[in-house]
Amino acid sequence: MTGPVPTEAWIVLSAALFLIGAVGVLRRRSAILVFLSVELMLNAGNLALVAFARQWADAGLITAMSGQTVVFVVLAVAAAEVAVGLGILVAIFRQRHSTDVDALSEVRL
Amino acid sequence: MNDPAAWVALAPLLALAGALINGLAGRAMRAPRAGIVATAAVGAGFVLSLIALLALAGRDDRSVSVALWPYASVGGLDLSFGFLIDPLSVLMLTVVTGVGTLIHLFSIGYMRGDDGHARYFALLNLFVAAMTVLLLADGFVLLFVGWEGVGVASYLLIGFWYRTRANADAARKAFVMNRIGDAGFLMAMFLTAGAFGTLHIASVNEAAVGMAFGSATLGAIGVLLLIAAAGKSAQLPLQTWLPDAMAGPTPVSALIHAATMVTAGVYLIARTAPIFAMTPFASAVVAWIGAATALVAAIAAIAQTDVKKVLAYSTVSQLGFMFVAVGVGAYWVAIFHVFTHAFFKAALFLGAGSVIHALGGEQDLRRMGGLGAKMPITGLTALIATLAIAGVPLLSGFFSKDAILLHALTSTHLDGYGTTGLYGVLLLVAVLTAFYMFRWYHRVFAGRFRGDAKTFAAVHEAPATMTVPLVVLAAFSVGAGWLGLPAFAFPNVLQGWLEPATLGGLVSMPFDHPALWVEWLLLGVAVAAAGVGLGLGAWVYVARDGAPARRFGDGAVAAFARGGLGFDAAYRALFVGGAQGAADGVAVLDRDLVDRGLLGAGTALGTFGRAAAAIQTGRVRTYAATMFAALVILLLLLAWTGART
Repeated sequence: MTGPVPTEAWIVLSAALFLIGAVGVLRRRSAILVFLSVELMLNAGNLALVAFARQWADAGLITAMSGQTVVFVVLAVAAAEVAVGLGILVAIFRQRHSTDVDALSEVRL
Repeated sequence: MNDPAAWVALAPLLALAGALINGLAGRAMRAPRAGIVATAAVGAGFVLSLIALLALAGRDDRSVSVALWPYASVGGLDLSFGFLIDPLSVLMLTVVTGVGTLIHLFSIGYMRGDDGHARYFALLNLFVAAMTVLLLADGFVLLFVGWEGVGVASYLLIGFWYRTRANADAARKAFVMNRIGDAGFLMAMFLTAGAFGTLHIASVNEAAVGMAFGSATLGAIGVLLLIAAAGKSAQLPLQTWLPDAMAGPTPVSALIHAATMVTAGVYLIARTAPIFAMTPFASAVVAWIGAATALVAAIAAIAQTDVKKVLAYSTVSQLGFMFVAVGVGAYWVAIFHVFTHAFFKAALFLGAGSVIHALGGEQDLRRMGGLGAKMPITGLTALIATLAIAGVPLLSGFFSKDAILLHALTSTHLDGYGTTGLYGVLLLVAVLTAFYMFRWYHRVFAGRFRGDAKTFAAVHEAPATMTVPLVVLAAFSVGAGWLGLPAFAFPNVLQGWLEPATLGGLVSMPFDHPALWVEWLLLGVAVAAAGVGLGLGAWVYVARDGAPARRFGDGAVAAFARGGLGFDAAYRALFVGGAQGAADGVAVLDRDLVDRGLLGAGTALGTFGRAAAAIQTGRVRTYAATMFAALVILLLLLAWTGART
């Protein structure tokens, strides 16, 4: 097998990662692991974006940069989200010595 | 403003300043001060009016225009505000501010001790300000401003003691009845603006004379102006508010509801005399409305038991006389009667006020009597005013009333509209007037006291601020008529003074001039009418000691007359009942349909909200699962529709 890996393979990998992440968000109760799963889902999306970017750029339709630029935006937002989210998590853990998301249902009407 | 006659244009401002001072700072002033400020404000206006009167009397050109400011100019209709100072407006101003000053002075004594005395004087000044604007206005629009202003002041003063429900009701009634008249005024203005393209009174008068004699447009404008005048001057069928207006303080009744405001209707018709001179039909309606009102009110006056209501119905009746005068085209005669009536009716009302004051609020004639001995000044001035209104020769009322009778009989303006009938009605009313005024005087001041002895012992003559106005008014009740002596034998100052102002030299009114002996005979008939009325009164109340009246007084006829000849009852049945029913119906609709509907919608939304709130569990994983499920459904839908296209 020589030559570049075809786009279809990247997309299958991306979909698999996304699914793993989604299952993780739904199944895990530890907030840290939920976060981790969310990151997995975000990066599955990033993977698909760069794969398509490469394909379209090869076809000469658009520059490779446009898809990759979006990925950088996603990375930046994800980093900010993690910073805020982990901050909240630390505060919650100090209060109740647990990060079980099922136990966090007070903030509702 | 180099012309001294034009200075009177400041009179409304002076009164308004008085109203503002008392209205804003009156609470801080102690008892007599608010009254002194108010009296000074009106007194200054009186001085200016006198200056204008003398300035105009001393020259030939007796019409001064003072331009104020342009109010609006719409589609070729120029509505500029301005004052017209001419013999008619100046004479009325002198009466209003002169009588007004006396009544303000009287009020200082009468309202002493009332918590609202500053409010009272502020409103009284506001009234004078509005009334002077009404009189000075040279256009219908500014006149209407004053017209509404006096209406508001009247409303506020009738309901002055507003904590009593009946007083507030009387005020509202006056307001509503006046609004009906105001609607007529507005429609008259619309019609005038449409027909002549101007609302400047002098221009309208000039244009009216240029129209065909008896034209339908002029007739319609005339009748609409009559509706306006009937509302303000309490003529049939809008007269019912005036007797109720007696709920206000007595000096208010004297100033607004006897001497000045209620004569505004007569003034309006005199101001627009050329319109009526060109339309005998509208004039005839005016005259017959006046005659009918005079008769109805005189009958009602006989049966009243309230010391003020006799005078109120008497005022309505005398206003009827004035309407007959303007109706038959004797405009100066109407103003002459306004002039004399202002003095003797103000004197009568203030006399009644003095009596009410002395009796501690008692107004029932059946608990009065014999007060003349205890209150000599009030008694004597009331006697003079009573004789003046009854038409006793040489007193003021005699001359003005005789002039009205004479002109009603000799008018050729109303040929074919029954002038002899007018004369007959008025002669009968003259008899009734003398009778009910004799009854009024006798019930209050003569005979023996019919209340309890303790009240009688406390009766005392009023203080000087109250007796001085009485004496001055009584003096004018005697002498005011000498300005308008019967023209056939004596010099008549007033006719030459007023006629150029009312008719503006545009038209002249036709009257028959009977032989000299006929004129003297008619004068004799007028004297006889007064004599018969007074004689009848003397027979009933002195010779028979009121026995015929007592036998009559409890009957259904007397009750009917006491209620104002059933007008109130008829209006209640015709209009109030229907409106009340409609209002009740609307209230039911509002309560059962609108209220219930809105409340129901609110409750339903609340229930839905509470149900929807159950979805929010607060469990993050449930939310996430919902989101994924929705995402899956969306993707499936997208795939399915994508497959179809």
